[in-house]
Amino acid sequence: MANSMIPAGDFRTSYAADTTIFPTVTSRNFAIAGVLLTCAAPFLFNEYWLSLLIQIGIYGIAALGLNVLVGFTGQISIGHAAFFLFGAFSSAYLSTKIGIPAFFAIPLAGLVTAVVGLVFGLPAARLKGLYLAIATLAAQYILLDFFARAEWFSGGSVPAMAEPFSIFGYALQGDRQFFYVVLAYVVVCFLLVTNMMRSRDGRALVAVRDHYLSAEIMGINLTKYRTLSFGIAAFFAGIGGALYAHYQLVVSYEGFGIERSILFLAMVIIGGLGSVMGTLMGTAFVVLLPEAMEWITAILAGGPIDHALGLKTNITFLREIAIGTIIIVFLVFEPDGLAHRWHQIKAYWKLYPFSH
Amino acid sequence: MNATADYALDVRGVSLRFGGVRALTDVSFGVREGELFSIIGPNGAGKTSIVNCISGRYRPTEGKLFYRGQDITGLNTNARPSLGIGRTFQNLALFHHMSVLDNIMVGRHHLLKNNFVTGSLYWLSGARREELSHRNKVEEIIDFLDLQSVRKATAGTLSYGLRKRVELARAMALEPKLILLDEPMAGMNFEEKEDMARYIVDLNEEFGMTVVMIEHDMGVVMDISHRVVVLDFGKKIAEGDPGAVLADPHVRSAYLGEEDETLSDPDDAPRPLETNA
Repeated sequence: MANSMIPAGDFRTSYAADTTIFPTVTSRNFAIAGVLLTCAAPFLFNEYWLSLLIQIGIYGIAALGLNVLVGFTGQISIGHAAFFLFGAFSSAYLSTKIGIPAFFAIPLAGLVTAVVGLVFGLPAARLKGLYLAIATLAAQYILLDFFARAEWFSGGSVPAMAEPFSIFGYALQGDRQFFYVVLAYVVVCFLLVTNMMRSRDGRALVAVRDHYLSAEIMGINLTKYRTLSFGIAAFFAGIGGALYAHYQLVVSYEGFGIERSILFLAMVIIGGLGSVMGTLMGTAFVVLLPEAMEWITAILAGGPIDHALGLKTNITFLREIAIGTIIIVFLVFEPDGLAHRWHQIKAYWKLYPFSH
Repeated sequence: MNATADYALDVRGVSLRFGGVRALTDVSFGVREGELFSIIGPNGAGKTSIVNCISGRYRPTEGKLFYRGQDITGLNTNARPSLGIGRTFQNLALFHHMSVLDNIMVGRHHLLKNNFVTGSLYWLSGARREELSHRNKVEEIIDFLDLQSVRKATAGTLSYGLRKRVELARAMALEPKLILLDEPMAGMNFEEKEDMARYIVDLNEEFGMTVVMIEHDMGVVMDISHRVVVLDFGKKIAEGDPGAVLADPHVRSAYLGEEDETLSDPDDAPRPLETNA
């Protein structure tokens, strides 16, 4: 992270200046400007684009949790979508059945989901790799089955309703207003994780990943941190899910099967394992890729290529194939993820015209 | 029982078995407070096994371990740093993807108090202040071991000798009273060995740590250790001050490969002498 691109003459005169989130003042100002610029998005984009941005934010928060688990702690979970959905149903339940305002229901839903995550994370104390993957698969199926049956909680086959998000009696509804709620959560969640990773427990998680035997010798309780990382992952999945509930106002368990869990994994891997900002890039990639393919197929449809090959309705399948192919090609040529590519682009500009 | 009080570390009748393999058989020795103590013996003698028992990696099948009079035989591995026991590994066991600085900061784990909640609220919870004050301590260790130039480098990219030094730094960051060094000089060149020997003597004399060291370089062992224990095939064959131990005929036959009249076999070439001194 902080290893490479420090410009000459940028001297740190205190340890505080050496532990900042952003390596230079300029990069920090750019990030702040970026957030401020994003605040203007509702005035610049139409509803369609805004809904995509909101999706990136919501899924990005959930994927961030998964990156703590997979990227930083080196474990695996293929039940992340179930935790996302648990957060959504919890927040819906808390806001409609119990009457807690959405403002408080969202963090509460995160905490409730974290507890569920801790329970399903217990096998991690003993299992690793593929064995753990199968154990987390159980979480996916058990939770989804629970949603289908527990009518008091999730409404069963009837979708659950969620109250709109409101502050001081003013409801933030619709893409334009809800965008700010998501943006605030994205900024806060990403700051929280960045801070955690530069303090004691964040280092402990990475230590468990890199060499668990010596981590234990250093006084790190392996069981605690392996389970804890599941709790943290579930917490952010729950927050993401809760935001999703108050955005859609209706939650149904359909569409959150194992394929969605794997999509979360794809976001983390494409963005870069163990990179906080990479998570957001990977999520943007996974959310925007189908949209981009949609536009391309729309352009192709009815065109000469379509006629020549006689594609007709098959063009939609072509899109799915293209998405799969792009992900494979991406993993082959960019195994370290988008975050790594981003660093290389920055290095290129910094060092130009010298390659080293 | 009263013997435990005299020793910082008291190993009593420790045996370790893996199925049919007897790694250690009834090994007993004591390390005094402030001593620089070496464990030597041929490959497979059980040196690392005994260190693993002390650091909690293995639990002895029989026997007991006392640290400052406290029974630590069954104590959890991760509870030992708070008692003041730290160690390094024979094969490098750094956190490869972390920076050198973070590696050493992990050593402060049991001394830091911030957790995933307060750590996440970095500025609001005082975690920042705590981290920075511990950074000061870590920088003292970096200064001592001359690691300034690689502070921000990823540990996995360093040379072998440097990695060994980072590992020592990480163990020092635990602020141990008893430090276990498993072959701190293996695979080093002469200059690196000289440096490492100096650091180890400083750990003992300047920082006041009790040092237990496994080392193959007999020259270094003889020069810096106060007392030595010799293991062979999991059994203790000698214990005492370096000169006396080296003169012991059992040691000469078992470890240094010197021919012993009763054991000698004319067809069997003597094992290579491992003295570099």
